[in-house]
Amino acid sequence: MNPYKRSPLIKVATVLVYFFLYAPIIGLIVFAFNSSRTNVFFGGFINQWGPLQMEGSTVLQSPCGPFHWFCDLTKNQEVMSATRNTLTIAFISTISATVIGTMAALALQRYNFKLKAFSQISLYIPIVIPEIVMGIGILVLFSQVFTFLNSTLGLAGDSRLTLGLPTVVVSHIAFSVPFVTLVVQARLQGFDKSFEEAAMDLGANELVTFWRVTFPMILPGVLSGALLAFTLSLDDFVITFFTTGPGSTTLPIYVYGLLRRIITPQVNALSTIWVFVVVTIVFLLQRFQSQET
Amino acid sequence: MLKRLRENKSSQGTLLITPTLVFMVGLLIIPLFLTLIISFGKRSADGNVIYTFGLHNYTRILGMNFECQNGQAVCFDPLYAQILWRSLTLAFNSTVLVILLAYPLAYFIARAHPKRRNTFLFMVLVPLWTNFVIRVYAWMMLLRTQGVINSVLGWLAGVVGIHFAPFEMLYTPGAVLVGMVYEFLPFMILPIFTSLEKIDNSLYEAAADLGANPIRTFLRVTLPLSMPGVVAGTILVFIPVMGTFIVSDLLGGKQVILIGNLIQRQFLDARDPTFGSAASLILMAMTLVVTFFYTRKFGFGEEIVAA
Repeated sequence: MNPYKRSPLIKVATVLVYFFLYAPIIGLIVFAFNSSRTNVFFGGFINQWGPLQMEGSTVLQSPCGPFHWFCDLTKNQEVMSATRNTLTIAFISTISATVIGTMAALALQRYNFKLKAFSQISLYIPIVIPEIVMGIGILVLFSQVFTFLNSTLGLAGDSRLTLGLPTVVVSHIAFSVPFVTLVVQARLQGFDKSFEEAAMDLGANELVTFWRVTFPMILPGVLSGALLAFTLSLDDFVITFFTTGPGSTTLPIYVYGLLRRIITPQVNALSTIWVFVVVTIVFLLQRFQSQET
Repeated sequence: MLKRLRENKSSQGTLLITPTLVFMVGLLIIPLFLTLIISFGKRSADGNVIYTFGLHNYTRILGMNFECQNGQAVCFDPLYAQILWRSLTLAFNSTVLVILLAYPLAYFIARAHPKRRNTFLFMVLVPLWTNFVIRVYAWMMLLRTQGVINSVLGWLAGVVGIHFAPFEMLYTPGAVLVGMVYEFLPFMILPIFTSLEKIDNSLYEAAADLGANPIRTFLRVTLPLSMPGVVAGTILVFIPVMGTFIVSDLLGGKQVILIGNLIQRQFLDARDPTFGSAASLILMAMTLVVTFFYTRKFGFGEEIVAA
């Protein structure tokens, strides 16, 4: 009996579900090359290269040819600053969450201490409560603390404490830490303590043991935890929405704001770049995970 | 001091966990308590919080209105209860649809040749990690009255030669349902796949040897053994569907208001954080109750972490 045999019905269903998953994304990418500025219908590709020429709302010719909207994107100051913010937030929060989460995983897997059970349970809370509840909670915390501090310290005008990049970064660290911890913990569970004990028996101290034995072994787990944290941060809308202030708009927030007003193929171009960045990250993530096994 | 630390394994553990605890307590547990305290309070004229103790925000959500049109002190207003009910039924319907779509795909991947399994999984992960807002936008483009679906249908009708009037699909409850199913489908595929993959092939062979037909094998072997995956997937889908406000905002317009939209508006437009806090806690309570009873009935697998 062939263990990989599947009924044709399953195959048809599979093709249909994959079509359902990909049709919207493919449509999105095709419209990034739309010659029609209004983006309501597909006006064909822009196939002339040369100085910009438009007829009504149709682009006839562009210096970037079919990639007109991608070039247009780089001239959009709001997109550029949102990209900068998104990457700044993602890098800072990923590095912090990876360090903090790895430390926590080591503590939970290799040590005994008070509050161990409480720590482990607290890491599951962000997974079982809706994101909006966490977002609202953080917003309430910051706004109450800031109102209190502003009035007691007598801060006014520009020196007033407000929501901005720091509040977003701190919140992103908070929701990324549990994911990093769980991924690294799973990795640590995979091999037993005897490697570390052998190193110690041979005279290595704890620091040397960590850097020469433990860390190389958990590195794939740490890297996939870091990539997970990075994607979560890039992707986050809800928590950012409630903790962001003027000047710290991220790309998802910017796109959301745009969608409520106007839609141009620029948004599609942005989405297309995004999809390709994500494909790369997911590809790397899968590589690390297959190394683990 | 350093020497004592080196010898004391317990303080080392405490030192390693401290930053995590600072974040978990400071940005998760304390905020939840603050939300609870504020939900008992009242809104001041300028939109700030007056700390009092009352259950008025909770009774208001359940239908008691204290600002009646007809001069009575209290009257019944089902508006918010309807929003709660709509969110619950939508979450239920989305979850059922997602299970129906995810199961065959997960089954297909789990029984695929091991060499190709990773490619198929990769194809599930790409839509999952494509930004949430962007995926909603993709559906806006598809569903608009002049959008892709209507254009294709119109073209087909033109070929066949029949009259075609475009469907109004965007800004309907159906659009919100499709959007939710699309957004959360991968969250169901992955855990079901994880539990299906674990099933040993010899079990299928044994069932076949003992004379079970494929349908009976599925019902008696495959389905029961994949239940932990379905349970984990249900939690991963049900919870976010209950709390999401972007999908209903962009695909439902003003037609479909869910509890997520209600909460968001209290904090941004209507500016009653006390009422928003109460709604947020009711949402949390609803998801926790559903999760609790569901997992108690069906058990709780490790699949939730695997996803």
